[in-house]
Amino acid sequence: MALARTYSVALVGVTGHVVEVEADIANGLVGMILVGLPDTALREARDRIRSAILNSGEAWPQRRITVGLSPASLPKRGSWFDLAIAIGVLVADKAVPADAVDGVMFFGELGLDGRLRPVRGVLPAVNAAAREGFRTVLVAAPNAAEAALVPHVTVIAASSLTAAADWLRGTPGLHHNVTPAVVFDRDKDQPPAPGPVPGGPDLAEVLGQAMARKGLEICAAGGHHLSLLGPPGAGKTMLAERLPTILPPLATADALDVTSIHSVAGTLPDGGALVTSPPFLAPHHTASRAAIVGGGTGTIRPGAASLAHRGVLFLDEAPEFARDTLDALRQPLESGQITLARSGITARFPARFTLVLAANPCPCAKTAGPSGGCTCSPATRRRYLARLSGPLLDRVDVKIELLPLGRKELLNDKGYAEPSHTVATRVAAARDRAATRLSGTPWQLNAEVPGAELRRSWPPAPGALAIVERALERGQITARGLTKIIRVGWTIADLDGKPRPGRDECDSALGLWLGVTR
Amino acid sequence: MTLRAKDVLGKNGEQAAVDYLESAGLRILDRNWRCATGEIDIVAVDRQVFVVCEVKTRSGTRYGTPLEAVGRAKLRRLRKLAVAWLNAHGVRFEQVRVDIVGLVYEGTGGYTIEHLRGVG
Repeated sequence: MALARTYSVALVGVTGHVVEVEADIANGLVGMILVGLPDTALREARDRIRSAILNSGEAWPQRRITVGLSPASLPKRGSWFDLAIAIGVLVADKAVPADAVDGVMFFGELGLDGRLRPVRGVLPAVNAAAREGFRTVLVAAPNAAEAALVPHVTVIAASSLTAAADWLRGTPGLHHNVTPAVVFDRDKDQPPAPGPVPGGPDLAEVLGQAMARKGLEICAAGGHHLSLLGPPGAGKTMLAERLPTILPPLATADALDVTSIHSVAGTLPDGGALVTSPPFLAPHHTASRAAIVGGGTGTIRPGAASLAHRGVLFLDEAPEFARDTLDALRQPLESGQITLARSGITARFPARFTLVLAANPCPCAKTAGPSGGCTCSPATRRRYLARLSGPLLDRVDVKIELLPLGRKELLNDKGYAEPSHTVATRVAAARDRAATRLSGTPWQLNAEVPGAELRRSWPPAPGALAIVERALERGQITARGLTKIIRVGWTIADLDGKPRPGRDECDSALGLWLGVTR
Repeated sequence: MTLRAKDVLGKNGEQAAVDYLESAGLRILDRNWRCATGEIDIVAVDRQVFVVCEVKTRSGTRYGTPLEAVGRAKLRRLRKLAVAWLNAHGVRFEQVRVDIVGLVYEGTGGYTIEHLRGVG
């Protein structure tokens, strides 16, 4: 009896679980049986692996091969188990020594010709393997850089099954026509992180909207959600697109999380460099709910909300989105993560993003106000904006109404509009101040601090909330609104370098909460 | 009646399989036994075990190995044939086994022989 054991990783959301692959060669009808909850792509592995092994010049055992994937209760999806299964069969057939695969994690899809293909989700998989104590991973060459983002793991990059098997036999380069497998050298082969693109968008280009620029800065500093209401051409989209330019680069832990999500979604740029700049996602308003929050039968894929983790989710023409799509965002806005349940598995995706909503004031989108040509009735306008449900708007901390600009305002502002890097410096300083204050807590940004904790540990200056409390008594704001106003007040204080928010800061925050005009 | 090339190959392969099984210590009881259900290539006894043996001969492995050519349907039929043979001859055995002998013709009368015991 010949039994071999190799290891791979199954992914549920962005969480990896180590899977044991057992290959057993026994007497019986010639063929291969795959057991342990495989999905369709995995069941097809049977035929892929047979062709790959034969076309690599190895022998296909003329016995009954049983391949088991355990834990058997975990549904296994995808094609990246190919490599672990193929190597397992070769070990069971004594074509590869058994001690060579000890402590090695295999992750890769095989082509029929024996080529090793790159797959999605390498970073979370290698992360899980490292957590379980694996010190060596064998992946397809294009995936090597991504796998090497996990520290203290030896990454072996192979381009074919032959190369992988030769490396395990201790004879790399045995076959002259095959590129031998190599140990990935982090210092030499790691692609550089992409720097800022010259000529990219800059905040200084948004002329005339000083108040909106300030609101953007506050949202960047505190991680608050923003809504922009204004006629076409006022600069809503321009403003939103420039929010990432004033956000600081991602911290290492966040960058690994973001890269993992994009790896599972298959949206990483080629080469597998770490994502260090905050992502910006602008889904079209016809996007389905699954496209926004994630989903899908079979493999659960992250949606735009998760892809925007630690970045910006921009919903242009927000009232045009389907109502249930918008409301599905309420859970991640509150908890910073999305939980998707399917039969047998529950996937969790992180989704802590800054939401930016943009909307026209009415369907006709003509200039509102005394001199404007808006032809909509008040009822139509109310109905249009009511599509953004109250519960969703209640979670938006900063609401800004943009007015159309004349030539004078544009020219006047030219000397005052600050470039992105100046604003980014202030944002970084404010974030530092908040992080210092919040050190020892699980939170980093003002927007993340729970209300109860905020009122207990960090109340504003005495008497600073006088006007805000009057608004609460009048029913203008809710209790949740009060908490949000205090949070934004703290951010304004952080930006100004004040030790705690005073009356000015709280009044400004109230104005931003209620929605001010310019 | 003239035999076609593939039938000649099969005939010679079966003879080679019989020689091989006899040298492996099996006693041959019957060859090419036919009934309504089909045909048994070789009927033999291995010590106390009744063996029904299917012989597959190939001139090369371009269309798959001979052992791969025996599937579940063929296996089921062989089991039925084993019962049919025992009933037709009125004998009983404690154990019944199905074997497959795969032969690949290597030229000049030589064969590569693989013998799978007890596949079902």
